[in-house]
Amino acid sequence: MMPFSSPDILFTNARLLDPASGLDSPGSLLVSRGLIADHGGSLGVPDGATVVDCGGAVLAPGLIDLRASLGEPGNEYRETIDSAAEAAAAGGITTLCALPDTETPLDDPALLQYVWRRGEALGSLSILPYGAATRACAGKDLSEFGLLKEAGAIAFTDGTHAIGNARVMRLALSYARAFGSFIVQHPEEPDLARGGVATEGEMASRMGLAGIHPAAESMMVARDIALARITKGHVHFAHVSTGAALDLIRQAKDEGLRVTCDTAPPYFDLNETAIGDFRTYAKLSPPLRREEDRLAVVAALQNGTIDAIASDHQPRDADDKRLPFAQAAAGGAGLATVLGVTLARVHGGDLSLLDALALLTCKPATLLGLETGRLTRGALADLVMFDLERGWKVEAGKLPGKAQNSPFDGRPLEGRVMGTWKAGKRVFG
Amino acid sequence: MIAYPHRHLLALQGLEPPYIADLLDLAESYALLNRSGKTQRDQLKGRTLINLFFEDSTRTRTSFELAGKRLGADVINMSVSQSSVNKGETLLDTASTLNAMHCDLLVVRHAQSGAPALLSQKVDAAVINAGDGTHEHPTQALLDALTIRRHKGSLENLVVAICGDVLHSRVARSNIHLLSAMNCRVRVVAPPTLLPAEVERMGVEVFHDMKTGLRDADVVMMLRLQKERMAGGLVPSAREYFRFFGLDAAKLAVAKPDAIVMHPGPMNRGVEIDSAVADDPVRSVIGEQVEMGVAVRMAVLDILSRNLRRNARP
Repeated sequence: MMPFSSPDILFTNARLLDPASGLDSPGSLLVSRGLIADHGGSLGVPDGATVVDCGGAVLAPGLIDLRASLGEPGNEYRETIDSAAEAAAAGGITTLCALPDTETPLDDPALLQYVWRRGEALGSLSILPYGAATRACAGKDLSEFGLLKEAGAIAFTDGTHAIGNARVMRLALSYARAFGSFIVQHPEEPDLARGGVATEGEMASRMGLAGIHPAAESMMVARDIALARITKGHVHFAHVSTGAALDLIRQAKDEGLRVTCDTAPPYFDLNETAIGDFRTYAKLSPPLRREEDRLAVVAALQNGTIDAIASDHQPRDADDKRLPFAQAAAGGAGLATVLGVTLARVHGGDLSLLDALALLTCKPATLLGLETGRLTRGALADLVMFDLERGWKVEAGKLPGKAQNSPFDGRPLEGRVMGTWKAGKRVFG
Repeated sequence: MIAYPHRHLLALQGLEPPYIADLLDLAESYALLNRSGKTQRDQLKGRTLINLFFEDSTRTRTSFELAGKRLGADVINMSVSQSSVNKGETLLDTASTLNAMHCDLLVVRHAQSGAPALLSQKVDAAVINAGDGTHEHPTQALLDALTIRRHKGSLENLVVAICGDVLHSRVARSNIHLLSAMNCRVRVVAPPTLLPAEVERMGVEVFHDMKTGLRDADVVMMLRLQKERMAGGLVPSAREYFRFFGLDAAKLAVAKPDAIVMHPGPMNRGVEIDSAVADDPVRSVIGEQVEMGVAVRMAVLDILSRNLRRNARP
């Protein structure tokens, strides 16, 4: 993204937070020509600079969303790139990695470049598309990793489709090494999960819903860890939601394998009881888990097993959700709430503010090889300002952007985005 | 009699025992009236009852139709073809259509768990779940309970064995909730492939063998095994199923000598039940279940009509 040529901005009276360096102190930050020029205890006001008084609010690197789905291209009725950008800005997100399993899958360099360019044209959000790991995300034939990477693919995945075939996954992990890239897996054994719409157990049994056993996740994680071991490839597990899978990932990391993972806010904030009364907004993939698994996810956020928090944004239209539970589309909107729900773990005493923010900024940046996500002098001024204490309530129907299908509908949150800047340009607030 | 506290009857899970007992008492009185020939009443005069069936049904639909007519309601049957159901919006389109028709009581059967609950959020009518997916079938469990009570005097401490495809059975779930609430000892007897996960947490004892599961049972309740379960690999064959899980005289012999045999219908003779048992005039109460169905549905319609939002138009 080109630096924005505008007057300098001096942020004063901020609580500067930089998880990468551990900085947490009151001070000022100067943005010049779209870049972070300086920050410190007190900076003079340069001539002609705009002053933004943060009033004690937090000023931190803009969030990097490791995984989000866009409706475009193909399902614009759910979400357009413009509407996703609006929601992202309101959520403090300045970089978004888009999943390739759109209606028209991103398995061709031209398509991928189209999405990337759409992001550039917005000027408010960098969109970094994943390349499809297999053609049409169908799980059979590898796509052109090299050409896709040249076109801007940040990594490779079939998005919400698990790569079920072990041989294909082995090839993908091997071949990605040639281009220094990695494979993001939707860890769910497809045959075991087929037809299921909720986590198998008492809750689903009582509701008469077909269940997916949590082992569908840990089985796939175990298989792919074995494949990472024999290929020396890098596998990244998306939205890990069970204690069993997290234990395996912990062991693989301790063994020195190239295994990373993320989770998403629903899996550390909600449990399966959210689907009570057949609430389809809480129908997600993977399904919401039991309380003990939610607690295991929180513990893995604390001990570093989880490398990042992704929004796992899945835009859905009201008509996709106003259906009997089994027929309703899975997925929840997440761009506007990812920070607030993560901060709930800070307010709840589970995570320090710096550790929580690291999972949304410098840690995903490191994983993706990005230079953003840090308050580094000379870096693009991608910034978020938020009031850690300000309360608000998630209300489906009143969220920014088109997708209103929040699993957190009705949830009160503490911590609200007050402003977002992309390359020094204010894009929200 | 205490006032029923809900607008709809969507599930028996969570319904308190006094309300169940009241419904059964009222149904019993309707059963007596029906037998005496004094069938025509006017509780529902001026009310519109719509039977909205998204799945084929003869028995349940007819039973609700008869119940509504005996109480003086205007009864309309609507069947919606499966192909249009799959276009989900139809369900809510249907809801607005029904609102425009000023329907008072809506009886819904649907292949999807939770569909009546979804409709209940959108319609003005009182919704009665007549079977939703593999979730619940409340009036079936009520009629089963009434049938049992008439034979055993009380539900208290009875041993009830529910046998067969519990996994896919909404009848089983509603019966488990009701009978447990009324202090029965409920057993489920089935191969593990036909049991819901953690079914024991619903308060039942689990058996995989008919001869131990039926031992000293007061009531043996058989469930229908749908043919497609064989195709799905849950059961290898009908003959194996009948050999190990079908009810015949030999398996029934371990139950109490006066144990009754029940089946919600329609039966697969020779699959889950032997004809000799199904037609046994002493042990089988399958015919009486159908009779009690009308009485129970009259009671449900009667009780829900007292909580309607809209006043009756004379």
